[in-house]
Amino acid sequence: MNKLKSFLRGLAMCLIVAIGVAAWIVLSWWALLALAVLFALWMLLLRSGRQASSVTRVGVSTLPQRLGASSVVVIGIAGVVAVLVSLLAMGVGYQQTLSMSGSADTAIVLRGGSDSEVSSVLDNASTTVIAQAPGIARDAAGKPIASPELVVAANLPLNDGSGDEGSVQLRGVGDEAWALRPEAKIVAGRKFKPGLRELVVGKGAQRQFVGLTPGHEIKLGNQTWTVVGVFESGTAMDSELWGDANVVADTYRRGSSRTSVFVRLISAAAFDKFKAALAADPRLQVDTSTTLDYFRKQSENVTKAITIIGIVVGVIMAIGAVFGALNTMFATVATRAREIATLRAIGFRGLPVVVAVMLETMLLALLGGVIGGALAWLVFNGYSASTLAQGTVGTLSFKLAVTPALLWTGLKWALAIGFVGGLFPAVRAARLPVSTALREL
Amino acid sequence: MKYFHLIWAALFRRKTRTILTLVSIAAAFLLFGMLNGVRTSFANAGKSAAGAERLQTGSKLSFIQPLPSALEAKIAAVPGVKGVAYANWFGGAYQDPHNQIFTFAVSPNYIDMYPEIVISPEERKAFDSTRTGVLVGDVLAKKYHWKVGDKIPLMSNIFPNRDGSKNWTFDISGIMHAKDPSHGEFLQGGILMHWKYFDESNPYNRGQVGWYVSHVADPAQADSVAKAIDALSANSDHETKTQTEQAAMASWIKQMANVGLIVFSIMGAVFFTLLFLTGNTMAQAVRERTSELGVLKTIGFSSVSVLMIVLAESVLLVLIGGVLGLGLAAVLGPIVSAGSGGVINMPPVDTGSWLLGVALMVAIGLLVGALPALRAMHLNIVDALAGR
Repeated sequence: MNKLKSFLRGLAMCLIVAIGVAAWIVLSWWALLALAVLFALWMLLLRSGRQASSVTRVGVSTLPQRLGASSVVVIGIAGVVAVLVSLLAMGVGYQQTLSMSGSADTAIVLRGGSDSEVSSVLDNASTTVIAQAPGIARDAAGKPIASPELVVAANLPLNDGSGDEGSVQLRGVGDEAWALRPEAKIVAGRKFKPGLRELVVGKGAQRQFVGLTPGHEIKLGNQTWTVVGVFESGTAMDSELWGDANVVADTYRRGSSRTSVFVRLISAAAFDKFKAALAADPRLQVDTSTTLDYFRKQSENVTKAITIIGIVVGVIMAIGAVFGALNTMFATVATRAREIATLRAIGFRGLPVVVAVMLETMLLALLGGVIGGALAWLVFNGYSASTLAQGTVGTLSFKLAVTPALLWTGLKWALAIGFVGGLFPAVRAARLPVSTALREL
Repeated sequence: MKYFHLIWAALFRRKTRTILTLVSIAAAFLLFGMLNGVRTSFANAGKSAAGAERLQTGSKLSFIQPLPSALEAKIAAVPGVKGVAYANWFGGAYQDPHNQIFTFAVSPNYIDMYPEIVISPEERKAFDSTRTGVLVGDVLAKKYHWKVGDKIPLMSNIFPNRDGSKNWTFDISGIMHAKDPSHGEFLQGGILMHWKYFDESNPYNRGQVGWYVSHVADPAQADSVAKAIDALSANSDHETKTQTEQAAMASWIKQMANVGLIVFSIMGAVFFTLLFLTGNTMAQAVRERTSELGVLKTIGFSSVSVLMIVLAESVLLVLIGGVLGLGLAAVLGPIVSAGSGGVINMPPVDTGSWLLGVALMVAIGLLVGALPALRAMHLNIVDALAGR
């Protein structure tokens, strides 16, 4: 009978833990805030709440005496949160860089069936027809803001001292490219002159490859090009080199074909009309999407993969940290056994004791979460990373982004670890037989 | 060794604490086993003996730029080259344009360059004599339940067929297996088709070749042979860049991600945390046993023996947890790989990982045991017995 009882109790505890963690993950911040307010009210107003708060105060005030043991909880959880937040920041940074590259009022046209610029080919007739489609905004001179572009890859020496070569995306752009992307600003030197072998380089590409400073000459195959300027746009384009589309096509023997056409639409609402017009044109077989959609799709897989890796690593580390916390809190409960038993003997109920131990653990967890988050933010926010991006032929450089949402996720994880790590010791403390505990040395 | 039972008894003096600590250590080494596998499989990619014997020749301009097919005869004539094959990127996708499959259009002798891939002689013969035949990797075939004789439709996201659509149909002539099943090969997840069929069927290629693969007689000569191949087309409009497969792979992976650094940072954080956790457990264990240690010393154990006993206890603690964790990683890896049907390929925990892991366990054990052990060694018997 006793065995069955304790088994049922164990089962109930596990259920509580599972429900608690699940609820925790699903709950939004305002629900949690409401919960916290209710909890605070209980502690202030009700008798059992006041008891709990006074027991908690005693526990917390004796924390400095258990500095070594308590720091295990804090450091363990800080480690989990720091690793988790940094890994997730990589995914978020990648996604941000790509999603900033697109907008709802610009569109990209690719050959039908091509899922990225590199694998698309549009001949001269198609690019001309596309530029005449309805819905495209016009510049001051009345010309449609459409830029037929040619994306190719170039090999350049990497800037890491190894002497190896890396791949960079080289974009041949039309005259309207700058009007199309007002966010791209020249920060050093000048724009390239049409018809010349001149390049402007993105800030990210400049960081990654050797010799991309204005005035320098670089070799693309057996041709010499001059770097004349550096541009910055805060988007994926920062990892590219830009030159005149005709000259790039000449170097890469592409004739008058292009890979894609970028257009600025009159407004985001004009997209449907534009897309329908292209789809209805029997001369064309193309895929049209807003650049926002296009770049979001490009980032989808990589972001998902990084998030999964982050969560798997995080879960394994969290398991380790939970057991570390359990260890520490069991020891804490054991050292305070007499004190807790005394409280129970003079009439304190079990609940305040449970709440006090849980609160103490969660407090330590919170501290760990804050430290871990701060560490991730200090070390990795804005940290430059690069990868071979999906759907491009060059390395894409991006910055890790430790966003408030990520820090919040980190804190949630920390508190969940604290919750699980505190629950079992708390229940043990509350169920301690008073008489034996009092006798214990 | 004669004190083993003493150490064991001390270790499990407080069962709950020891087991909780063990689980934490196991979690850390589970992570280590998995991440180190990923790291080494990245670091060793292309490092096979065959990889050092193969040279890849691509356009110097960029990897997407094609080369003239006339180069084949010239490369074959370079001293030190045993054989030349060539291939083109086809850009195949199955069912959905986003579901991409590595598909190469290759010369008839391409597969001979890869002795690590085996095909049965009959299937090879069938492939050679079927114009629309393809060889499919066994991992891929398993994933889509393909078998020899099936007709499979593939889309190319680059090349249209002669009828202008991008839908191609192929006949599966054979299945490619890895010679050494424990070591997965890239081609097991890919498709090879005939370059000749590819070239004749699409209007864009016009006899061009994506890259050449040449087999050198002596890997030590690879560099000079590579230079000789590049010299063939120096100052032409199709300059080439030749490197060993090994170097090419390393350069790709480097651009993909700095896997080593990421793994190193994560493991750094994990082990730093672990140090504190285990260190705390050991400190507690020694603090609790002060009087017992005093007794040991009283009955004649030397200070050094006490030091050793405590150190051994902490090393044993980390070793048990670590071996459990690494063992779990070794068991879980293949299960995850098998369960995902080849989508995720978890590298097995190899001997290198085990050695490094055990070395780490001993090092961590010694490190966390050092302070408590020293404290135990310097215990004054009188103080210890008096509980001061």
